[in-house]
Parts: sequence; C-alpha cells; structure tokens
Amino acid sequence: MTCCAPVGVHAALGDPAPPGTLPDEIRLASRDLGDGSRQTDLSVPGVRCAACIAAVERTLARLPGVERARVNLSTRRVAVAWRSAGGTPPDMIGALRGIGYEAHLFAPEQARKDPELARLVRALAVAGFCAMNIMMLSVSVWSGADAGSRQAFHLISALLALPALLYSGRVFYASAWSALRHGRTNMDVPISIGVTLAFALSLYDTLHNAQHAYFDAATSLLFFLLIGRTLDHVMRERARDAVAGLARLVPAGATVIADGRPLYVPASDIEPGAAVLVAAGERVSVDGVVEHGMSDLDCSLVSGESALRRIVPGDAVQAGVLNLTGPLTVLATARAEDSFLAEMVRMMEAAEGGRARYRRLADRAAALYSPVVHTLALLSFLGWLYLTGDWHVAVTIAIAVLIITCPCALGLAVPIVQVVAARRLFERGIMVKDGSALERLAEIDGVAFDKTGTLTLGRPSLVNAEEIPPSAMGIALGMTVGSRHPAARTIADAAARGTSRIMAFERIEEIPGLGLEAARDGDRYRLGRPEWALDGRHPDNGFAGSMSYLARNGELLAAFALEDCVRPDAREAVDELVRQGLALEIVSGDRAAAVERLASNLGIHEISSGLLPGEKVARVASHEQANRKILMVGDGLNDAPALAAAHVSMAPATAADIGRNAADFVFLNESLSAVGAALGIARRSRTLIVQNFALAVGYNALAVPVAVLGYVTPLVAAVTMSLSSIIVVANALRLPSIPNDAATPRTPRRN
Amino acid sequence: MGSMWWLILIGLGMACAGLAAFLWSLRNGQYDDLDGAAERVLLEEDPDDKGRERREG
Repeated sequence: MTCCAPVGVHAALGDPAPPGTLPDEIRLASRDLGDGSRQTDLSVPGVRCAACIAAVERTLARLPGVERARVNLSTRRVAVAWRSAGGTPPDMIGALRGIGYEAHLFAPEQARKDPELARLVRALAVAGFCAMNIMMLSVSVWSGADAGSRQAFHLISALLALPALLYSGRVFYASAWSALRHGRTNMDVPISIGVTLAFALSLYDTLHNAQHAYFDAATSLLFFLLIGRTLDHVMRERARDAVAGLARLVPAGATVIADGRPLYVPASDIEPGAAVLVAAGERVSVDGVVEHGMSDLDCSLVSGESALRRIVPGDAVQAGVLNLTGPLTVLATARAEDSFLAEMVRMMEAAEGGRARYRRLADRAAALYSPVVHTLALLSFLGWLYLTGDWHVAVTIAIAVLIITCPCALGLAVPIVQVVAARRLFERGIMVKDGSALERLAEIDGVAFDKTGTLTLGRPSLVNAEEIPPSAMGIALGMTVGSRHPAARTIADAAARGTSRIMAFERIEEIPGLGLEAARDGDRYRLGRPEWALDGRHPDNGFAGSMSYLARNGELLAAFALEDCVRPDAREAVDELVRQGLALEIVSGDRAAAVERLASNLGIHEISSGLLPGEKVARVASHEQANRKILMVGDGLNDAPALAAAHVSMAPATAADIGRNAADFVFLNESLSAVGAALGIARRSRTLIVQNFALAVGYNALAVPVAVLGYVTPLVAAVTMSLSSIIVVANALRLPSIPNDAATPRTPRRN
Repeated sequence: MGSMWWLILIGLGMACAGLAAFLWSLRNGQYDDLDGAAERVLLEEDPDDKGRERREG
C-alpha cells in the first residue's frame, strides 16, 4: 500500500468529496448473473500494483453479501458479484474509499467487450499461422526443391492461403467494398486487388506446374497489414476505456415521489410533473422548477457561469447543474430526452462538422496512389503483350507489379506512427480517441478556449488571504471545517494554511443558499452572503457576488474574496501557443467582466462572453467557413456541441460526460500545457507520417522498374516487402518520448 | 521422400495445435488482464480464494 498511496483522478483534480453514489443507482447499473446474484463493475483508477489488488479484493470480499471480487489491473476495474435479500447492494464504494481508493460505477453499456477487437486478433492469428507455414514451405522451394515436391509444396501453400484470404482478408475486402460503393477509394482497394490477383495467378501457375507462386507474399502482406490495423484499434480502445473509466457526472437516475413514497427510477422514466428529490451534492437529472427548498447551484458545467447561483422555490433548474447545499424538490417540466442535456446531444449530432468532412491522410494518399499503380500494371501488361504476344508472361508481370507496389509499407506508414504517438501522449496523461484526431490537430490555425473549468479549474480559490487577520482565519476554519460547500472548503484549506488556531463552536449550522452560522459564548457568527452576514445591511463594495463575509453579531470581521483560479501554467501554455503562431480566443458563457479580467491576465485579446451553446457552435462554425481550422478546448455541457463542431477538440478529465465523449482528446492532468504537448506530438507525428510516405514511395520507385522489366521473383518480393515495413516501423519509433522543448513550456517566466 | 511428407504433416499439425491453443486462450479471457497477471505472481495467496478467507475470518 505504501508504494502507491492512490492518486486517483479525483485526488488529482482536488475534488474534496465527490458526491456519494446511491445504492439504488448501483443496483440499476448492475447486471443479473442468473442465479440470484448480481454483478457490478466499478472503476478504480487507484489500483496499480499487487498490494493494491490484494487490498481491494480482500476488503470487498469481507463485505457481507459479496461473493466474488476480481480486479482487472489493465483496465483498472473491479468486477464484484454480490447477492442480498432485499436487492440492496453492499456499500462497495464506501468500503473502498475507507481504505483510500476512489471508486465509481462503471456503466454496464460501457462494460461490454469489444467484438471488433476480438475479430481482428482472430484474423491476425489466422493470417500469422498461414503466413508462417507458407513461408516455411517457400524457403524450401527457394533453396531448390525439385519440380515434383515444388508443386506439392505450392499446393499445400494454396490450401493454407485460402483461410487467410477468406477469413483474414475479409477485413480489407469489406472496407474496400464500402469505399468503392460510395465512389471513393481507400488504401484497402489496391490491397484487396493485389492480394486476390496474386492468389488467383499463383493458383493457376501451381496447377500448370510453373516455377513461381506468390502465396507467401499475399499472406504475409495480410499479416503485416493486420498488425498495423490491430495496433490502431487497441490504441483507440485503450483511450476510450480510460475515458469511460472516469466518474460519470450526471446520474443515471433520480429519486421521485410516487404515491407519497420515494422511488428510485432511471432518468428516462421521469415524466413531466413528477416530483424529484435532489439531495445536496447531487446533480439534477431533468429540467424542472424548484418546488421546495433553498440551495446554491453550481452551474459551471451547464452555462459556464463561475459564480454560484442561489435558488429559491419557483426558480427553473436545468439538467446537469450541481446542487450544493440544501435538499431540493424539483417538479420535472420535461422528460429526460427533452431536457437540456438531451438538447445538447442533439445539437452535437447536428454540429458534426470538420471531422465528418475530414479525409484521412492514408485515404488521400490512396486516392493518388491506386490509380497510378493500377495504370502502371495495366501498361506493363499491354506492353509485354505487345512485345512478346504471350498472355501468360504479360499477366504474370502485371501481377508482379501489383504485388511489389502493394502498399504494405504505405498501409503501416500511418497507423504505426499514430500508435507510437498515442503511447507518448498516454505517458503524459493525454488520451487520443483515434488517429485522425492527431492528423487534424496538426493542421490547426487557432485555438478557442472555454473559460470556466478549462482555462480555470472551475473551483474557487481565496485571493486575499494575506489581508485577513489570523484571528478571523481561526474563526473561519472552525466554522468551515465540516462543510462540503466548495466555497467553505476553499476557505478551510486557506485558513488551515494561514493559522494554527482553530475556534471551537457550540453549534454550527449550514443554511442553504446563505452560508454558515455558528454560536459561541452567546455570540452569533455568520460566514456567507454579505447582506445576510451583515443582517441585511448592504455591503459597500462593488463586486459582492464573489465575496464571503465573516461577521460577529452583524459586525464585519473579514471579507473573503473568492475567485475561480486559473489552471497552473495557463499563462505559459497560452504564450507557447501564441509563439507557435496560433490565433487564440475565449468563447465563454460567463459574464463579460469575469471573462475580460481573465483574458487580460492571460494575454488573449479575442473574447466573446455570455454565449449560449448554439452561439458557441455558430462562432466555431464561422471559423470553419472562413477556412480556419480551430481546436476547441472546453469542458461544460454547453461546450459539447462546439466540441463536436470544431475541427478537433480537447477536454479536461473534469468535463461533463458528453463533453468528454465529444472531444477527440481528453487530458487528465491539471496543467494546460497538455494542449501544447499534444500539438507538438501531433505535428511531429505528421512529419514522421510524411517521411514514411516518402520512404514507401521511394522504395516503390526503386522496385517498380525491376518489376516492370520482369525480374521480380517471389523471393525478391518477400525480401523487399519485409525490408520496407521494417524501415517504416523503425522510423515511427523515432518519435521522442518527451517532446522537444517547444511542446513543454517550462520556462521560468513569471509576470 | 516418405519421411518428408510425415515431417510436413507433423509440422502442420503442431502449428494447428498452436493456433487452436491461441484461439482458445483468447476466448477464455487469458489476455484480459496481462498487467494483473504480472502483479498477482507477487501475492503470497490469491485474495480471490474465498475458501481461505472463510477459514481465516
């Protein structure tokens, strides 16, 4: 345990106490194993060694009702099988938190195994088996087997090549066919044609006892290409898993009052008019109007507003806002699928802009490459037919041209670089969803940042700690130490640093929407909203919204100025991006004053504030129309449509679920230097891809004349093909693990 | 010549056995948690073993 005091995502993000998960939600997310027991998948980001496995599994196994607990270290997940009489799950998350591991529910729809990966690995296994056995027979043919055994070997090779072609080749045939049907070509078209023709010709030659057969070339081509394909897929799955393993921010269900009794139902079953209970610390799951209760709402994820909103009965609330202080009863006004959240999802789907139109580098290369290769093969066929008049010689040479130009290196050139790049990004805590995101990131002209939660951490910090007398700090610490309100937590943290004294109180009460009230020796202390703390007198300074006042019997003791703090390194990261020639702007839903102050701190001149989600999309789309490619960095629900509309997008791990799903990149660290790092790696990998293309084309330029002249034998084809693949892979591995200084702003400049 | 055919047959048979073993292990979930398997070697006992747990507690 000592080796790995778990630093989960929550700890890294400084979330003091994430809201608990209701037992009902756990039951809803579990699946029936058939024999009366249920299985729940939990994501435990903190497990990282054998001691962690033992601690987690033992702790869970000791809980009453738990039958089995098995940690999967690769996915950082634990599968728990449990059985209980009333259907109430054991408190697994609480037990894990008790031993220092943050855990959260892993939704069952995400836990399904990926059939595509299994299919690719099976295809790879079959292709590898066939290629290796055929190569064994081919080596003996090349070493000079006599005519009789040569034909026999070729026949066995044909038998072995058949499953590889039919089973493993299907991956390429399907993709080539769907491209052709839409009137396009991709890299799989020349691959499919080359492999099929090579097999057909070799079969014909074998039956006529000719000297050469290309079964080995055809199958090893499939094998090499499938390696690239599988690695590519593994990389994407890994990123997707890591993102799916983050805590879900919006609950899957809610407690409604039905016939006077509370009942936990999935969010999709809530009808308009239902009364929904929202406890402090929970997110609201449908749009509605507050019926009872007073509280503070954190709307940063929904509207980008950084200041807390105080709500009273009659106020409207949107799905996704976080209820901070008091329990609320909300009358649902819309179904979940008509609520704000679903509206964002719909806008996101409508906004699929740049990325849908984007054509991947490999496909663009194939569009140039395959017509050239196919024309060349046709010309050599016609040329040899004209010169010799021999059909068979002409066909053999044309097919040899197809095989030798078959884009083995070209097919590996892109995926292998992107796999290495994704690994480098992973090491820095950045997940990339797919390879095309890397290509798109490398060509951006500008970056649009959301403010709250992206440029800032989305939580307040105390900015005037040095102005507050130590005695007031001691009082504030005593009042806030037990509270979970974010403002109170911030004051408690700052006070604990600023003073060693702590005042003990006879009574502390948290009053929703107003603040904390405490009593001691007949005095009444209040910490919270200025006018409430001062007994209705109005504070005499301008920006009271972000101030918390501490008062004794209505007499001011200290004023705490709370502001959303900027991410560490934000200034350096912004400077770095400007130096790389990118145009930066802020698109925020927050008030103009807050945005302008932050923008001038960071040196960003282009700002737009008070934007609704639709206006953010319009802003991003206007850049697209002007043919500028924009990287959108945002975290909120209100950013999700803009994330989908932008050419490429990035979100911090604290982002709303749909924002994380919409973004191409997700970074786990607090520092904004992730943007520069990802950009550096993307640009570097683009260079490597271009180099790889150049290597592959150069190799073809050397090999094609030999093939056209008719000097290619299966041995030559096998050697050149393997060599070019090895060169391309070796070139991809040159991607440095720590990118050059351009991508890591570590310059000790402080303004 | 006869011996060569036998050798080829044996070679192919062994390769087929290898392929079948690989496909079986894939389906059996042997590759689901490679990191976990590497770490679990270091545990003295398998915490997953319920029988042991019951005797202790």
